[in-house]
Amino acid sequence: MRNVAKVQLLLIFGGIALLELLTRAGVIGPLVMIPPSQMAEHLWDMARAAELNAPLSQTLANVAIAFVLSVGAGAGVGFAIHAAPRLRRLADPLLASYYAVPFFVFYPLLIAIFGLNRWPLIVIGFVFGTAAMVIATLNGLDRVPGVLRKVARVHGLGRIEEIFRVTLPAAAPHIFTGLKLSLAYAFIGVIAGEFILSGEGLGHAIAYAYDSFDNATMYALMLLVVALAIGVNASLHVWEQRLMARRRRA
Amino acid sequence: MDPRARLSAVSKTFPAHDGHDAVHALGPVDLDIAAGEFVAVVGPSGCGKTTLLETLAGLTRPSAGTVTFEGRAVAATVPPGIGVVFQEDASFPWLTVWDNIAFGLRRAGVPADEIRARVNYAVSFMGLAAFAKAYPAQLSGGMRQRVCIARTLVLQPRLILLDEPFGALDQQTRLLMGDELLRLWCETRASVLLITHAIDEAVMLADRVGIMSARPGRFIELISTGWPAARSSAVVAEEAFGRLTARVWSKLREESLRALGRDAPESTGP
Repeated sequence: MRNVAKVQLLLIFGGIALLELLTRAGVIGPLVMIPPSQMAEHLWDMARAAELNAPLSQTLANVAIAFVLSVGAGAGVGFAIHAAPRLRRLADPLLASYYAVPFFVFYPLLIAIFGLNRWPLIVIGFVFGTAAMVIATLNGLDRVPGVLRKVARVHGLGRIEEIFRVTLPAAAPHIFTGLKLSLAYAFIGVIAGEFILSGEGLGHAIAYAYDSFDNATMYALMLLVVALAIGVNASLHVWEQRLMARRRRA
Repeated sequence: MDPRARLSAVSKTFPAHDGHDAVHALGPVDLDIAAGEFVAVVGPSGCGKTTLLETLAGLTRPSAGTVTFEGRAVAATVPPGIGVVFQEDASFPWLTVWDNIAFGLRRAGVPADEIRARVNYAVSFMGLAAFAKAYPAQLSGGMRQRVCIARTLVLQPRLILLDEPFGALDQQTRLLMGDELLRLWCETRASVLLITHAIDEAVMLADRVGIMSARPGRFIELISTGWPAARSSAVVAEEAFGRLTARVWSKLREESLRALGRDAPESTGP
């Protein structure tokens, strides 16, 4: 594993170094891409000038709201569908083809309904993130061994207590996958929405820089978005590893 | 005096669903388990042994007949005082061995000092002291089953239902676990119903061995072993052990063949 990680790091830094070389040597023109070092430098300047505060906080707040709503609704719907086999038969094909629907075509409709504010962004992030959570919840509940439910009944646990003390912990590994996917999808939904039409947020700032040929700002913000996505996912991953390590064979 | 548990004319039919016919799984069966009595049940595969146990526990409702525990009817819930150990691994993978065993006590609101004392005793009694802080994934199948047995026993149930608890263990571990079970039973004087597919295990452990027919399961015979209350796996050396085992097998053989869909041959001897 150590060696794999080394090779992976080598590939990433090698790629960055190659880009730096090609952009500096003029093989890739400055109108196409700027050197990665300049992206980082410009990002640092923007951060110091407090130019990032507004778009960053707007985007993160929207992602956070969309994520929390997705997880709550996704888990709730997952539990409800799991408890009703008929509903399950109805919902399964819909869930399976859910991500084949290009939801962004409905984005203008959302703007018409909610107005040009944060709510169309939150709704598109929510719509994007919810199905992943529903599917993960169903997967997790399907894999709770029936015998654990019997143990809960032998110990006299009620329905709600059974969910919190047995079902949820038993389904946790799958539910965690749902959390990670939901967060990633909420991120994609919100930023892409900002990109298409919005007056605020990181996606909007990138689109604005693009339209005004401000390559340095555009690349700096793209770097920020990528770093954010990686950072958030990595911290969830570390948390998951800590929680799950004990459940694997030592 | 009332028996500790009683099954009267209990039968169970699983209704037809999804194109499958209704299955008459069990009964009618009658069984009294006296206070402090150890009853083992053997029978061919699929004869309804587990259904019998789950009905007695209140995990499954009987289609007909009544189940009582300490004189009170058992309905859709498991009455306090009944402990069940299942065939499958039922340890909670997210809790340590210690927390697994303490699960029921914490829920019952037992004071923390007492929980500590009882769990520590159970941990050492079951030979898990070195693994108290380990998680089930780090244990062997046999040790995980011991965790489940300990989790049941710390609640000091008055009726212990065991559904092939040693099914996954090798023969020598089974014998040792059987000894431990006898020791526990002598100490607590709980009533025990043990479902097993091992005839020697049933004969070695029980006061009475119930032999069930092929599905729908009924008791063909209940054989008293006549062992003294204080006993151990040493009874396998007794002459009576061989005689009893042979008797159980001769009854069970026919039923097992029937369960396989074959008729018993007229004679097997030369």
